Amino acid sequence: MTENYMLSEARPEPRRRIETNIVLEAKGITKQFPGVLANDKVNFDLRKGEIHALLGENGAGKSTLMNLIYGLHRPDKGDVIVNGKTAAIHSPNDSISLGIGMVHQHFMLIPVFTVAENVMLGDETIKRGALDRNTVAAKINEISKQYGLDADPNALVGDLPVGLQQRVEIVKTLYRNAEIVILDEPTAVLTPQEAEDLFRIMRDLTARGVSIIFITHKLKEALAIADRITVMRAGRVINTVLPSETDSAQLANMMVGRQVILTVDKKDHEAKEAVLKVENLSVRDQRDLETVHHVSFFVRGGEVLGIAGVQGNGQTELSEALTGLRHPTGGKVFISGHDVTGKPPRVMTETGLAHIPEDRQRHGLVMSYSVADNMALCDYYHPPFSKRGVIQPKALDENARRLISAFDVRTPSPFVNAGKLSGGNQQKVIVARELSRSVKLVIANQPTRGLDVGSIEYIHSVIVKMRDNGAAVLLVSAELDEIMALSDRIAVMYRGQIVAMVETKKSTREQLGLWMAGAHVETA
Amino acid sequence: MDWRRFGVIALVIAILFGVVVLIGKNQTPPMVIITSMLATTIAVATPLTLGALSGIYCERAGVVNIGIEGMMLAAAFFGWLASIYMNSIFGFAPMPSLIVGVIAAVLSGALFALLHAALSITFKVDQIIGGTVINILAIGITGFLNRQLFFEEGSIFGGNVPHAPGILPSIRVPLLADVPTFGRMFDQQPITIAAIALVFITHYVLFYTRWGLRTRAVGEHPRAADTVGINVARMRYANVIIGGCMAGLGGAYFTLQSVPSFEPLMTNGRGFISLAAMIFGNWTPIGAWAASLVFGTAQAMQINLQFFRELILPEWAFLKNSYIVGLAPYILTMLILTGIIGKTTPPAADGVPYEK
Ligand SMILES: Nc1ncnc2c1ncn2[C@@H]1O[C@H](COP(=O)(O)OP(=O)(O)O)[C@@H](O)[C@H]1O
Ligand SMILES: [Mg+2]
Repeated sequence: MTENYMLSEARPEPRRRIETNIVLEAKGITKQFPGVLANDKVNFDLRKGEIHALLGENGAGKSTLMNLIYGLHRPDKGDVIVNGKTAAIHSPNDSISLGIGMVHQHFMLIPVFTVAENVMLGDETIKRGALDRNTVAAKINEISKQYGLDADPNALVGDLPVGLQQRVEIVKTLYRNAEIVILDEPTAVLTPQEAEDLFRIMRDLTARGVSIIFITHKLKEALAIADRITVMRAGRVINTVLPSETDSAQLANMMVGRQVILTVDKKDHEAKEAVLKVENLSVRDQRDLETVHHVSFFVRGGEVLGIAGVQGNGQTELSEALTGLRHPTGGKVFISGHDVTGKPPRVMTETGLAHIPEDRQRHGLVMSYSVADNMALCDYYHPPFSKRGVIQPKALDENARRLISAFDVRTPSPFVNAGKLSGGNQQKVIVARELSRSVKLVIANQPTRGLDVGSIEYIHSVIVKMRDNGAAVLLVSAELDEIMALSDRIAVMYRGQIVAMVETKKSTREQLGLWMAGAHVETA
Repeated sequence: MDWRRFGVIALVIAILFGVVVLIGKNQTPPMVIITSMLATTIAVATPLTLGALSGIYCERAGVVNIGIEGMMLAAAFFGWLASIYMNSIFGFAPMPSLIVGVIAAVLSGALFALLHAALSITFKVDQIIGGTVINILAIGITGFLNRQLFFEEGSIFGGNVPHAPGILPSIRVPLLADVPTFGRMFDQQPITIAAIALVFITHYVLFYTRWGLRTRAVGEHPRAADTVGINVARMRYANVIIGGCMAGLGGAYFTLQSVPSFEPLMTNGRGFISLAAMIFGNWTPIGAWAASLVFGTAQAMQINLQFFRELILPEWAFLKNSYIVGLAPYILTMLILTGIIGKTTPPAADGVPYEK
């Protein structure tokens, strides 16, 4: 079994031969979750040594299909066939012993364990009753060298950057001699350059006979690396195509079921004076580590400033500090000339801030409150919502009906709990509440994460409208495409600092990607 | 290793020892006082140490257990009851009766733990509520049976408490116990010796074995453990039950090692103090033991000061009120829990039921 990664040092062959024997097949897989048919008679197959991309929007059912194959959930109907035999997969133990490995969308690593401990967990090497850390470390070093994975067995996983954590996940599958590797949205947390590195590793793996299922919602990536592409939409497989016989437009069409506008219409902006001014701001996170270091910038009325950066480079703490959710440890924040440093959210709101928070279910809505109550969360204490300290249900109701129709919120009634709505409609409730007031500054953090295309387009158009009406907009997003489509200027955040600030017109994807990877810091 | 934490522990112990030595030094040589204090400290820290180990097994696996107090109380009662049955009804000699008593105590701890495991792992009841249920249940059952069996007309023991088979004899550690003065520390009763051994065994199990790695994994990130084929529920059940055995042994201390009798509510908050010791020790066995010794010292101070009552200087007269000194462990608990010792980090999934 161990020969798999103890093969000679031979370089991978320059041209891959795709063998046509099928190593894994899913037949008629159906899975119903409460209220969602997540997989509907799905058929899918994987050939030896190929990279098969599974493409689909958020919520299309890609992860569900993989969790079923991996044994984390059981399908309601359908079979999984591995190497020609129908496999009884009841738990990950079964799939692991069939040679299936999976790198999950959210990493399955324990931050307080070392790399070696994480890798061996569940498949420990024991010597005289105790964990044999040395043997495991040697094995990891060997795998790591063979595929250029660069994983130090003794490092604590929590100290590693995400890119390296992902490699630990890959080592985990190879350590178990996986011949089929599932990568669930592996590029979501990577810079474009790190993604290139991952693609190289994937090619190395296939050259050695490993077969890969590569899940993504990014068309370009699927086209760049896959041997075949299968598109899923709303729980169903739409089609399987060869990259050479398709293009982005056709794939996009299959993904969303209609022609999509990939660009945002917007007029040239007329920037006015600065509305948000940030001077030398420093912020610490809950572990008391300084994650924002002496950041200074401004946003003018009538412009969108986009903050680009790989997740976890201080964007969360920065926007929390700007919206009153976190005390900065140094520096100043001004809104329209008022010093609001460290002021509570209510003061910020009353100074003219609208906040579309990153975690809409925790910070944007009270999930167990009705849509109407949620829509009044910013000014329930003022007339007409409140008179002499008593809430006026009629005013809440009228307000809600007006906003529901103005912002096209799909809800059975204003009295439904916000938690019952779909993600896109939850976000519209927040947007309606925040942007229906008279605001001078909009801070939107990941405003379209996890939404369907229709909602994304709608939210984008509202953001552009706010800007055209003269508000200053600070947009934080991990999607570089979104930043480039909406922003007038772009700031790149890397390790808690703004490492670059450019006009969108004068920037390129490649250059931004380099900055996001900290290129200037290393060359300086 | 967290040296600051151990520094604080050593300092508190040194201060408490210092007070007793200062008061008693004119009557008894300091070395003798210190050794006697050490011996008492180690002994009275026993139930705290075992309670803390109980908490460590449960919480390292991700189940919060505030029912340790109840588990100890129930174990104290049932262990004692078993030893009396063996001795006075079945006519066994004291020693085998006591051993059966200890086994019964451990098993009753395990049984209550099984209940807690079922509530929190299978039925996903809030774990604080589950623990509270255990505590109330233990008080109720032991109080009720104690009355029914011993004090009711026509009950099995006919209205009077029979003679208990005594307490577990101490064991002299060969050679070490013969050292002059300090030898006294190595002349301890069996549950105390077992507790210390279990501290080191638990340390080894948690950090050097497959069992420990998997236990910590289900307490930190159960889903990650699940994805590599570890049965989360089974690991949690097993560890909660092992934790129950520890609490059970701790309960046996009260009625089979310390005094040969049972009183309602006799655990007197020790289960809760042991949780404080577990937190203070940052969920590590050796740290928790050190913390248990701090609480033990406070109690040892109270015991030792009784010998020197007349020597207490007028300006320290408040120390003569034994209840003031008796409060020390509880005050220490509160101070320690306010976090003066710096931040502790519980297992990430502590108290969170695992949903697939
Ligand atoms: N454990 C679960 N319980 C209930 N619904 C789920 C669960 N997992 C996924 N879903 C739902 O199934 C659908 C498909 O989700 P998923 O497979 O994660 O999509 P994708 O990976 O393509 O983004 C979504 O509507 C999601 O909300
Ligand atoms: Mg997914």
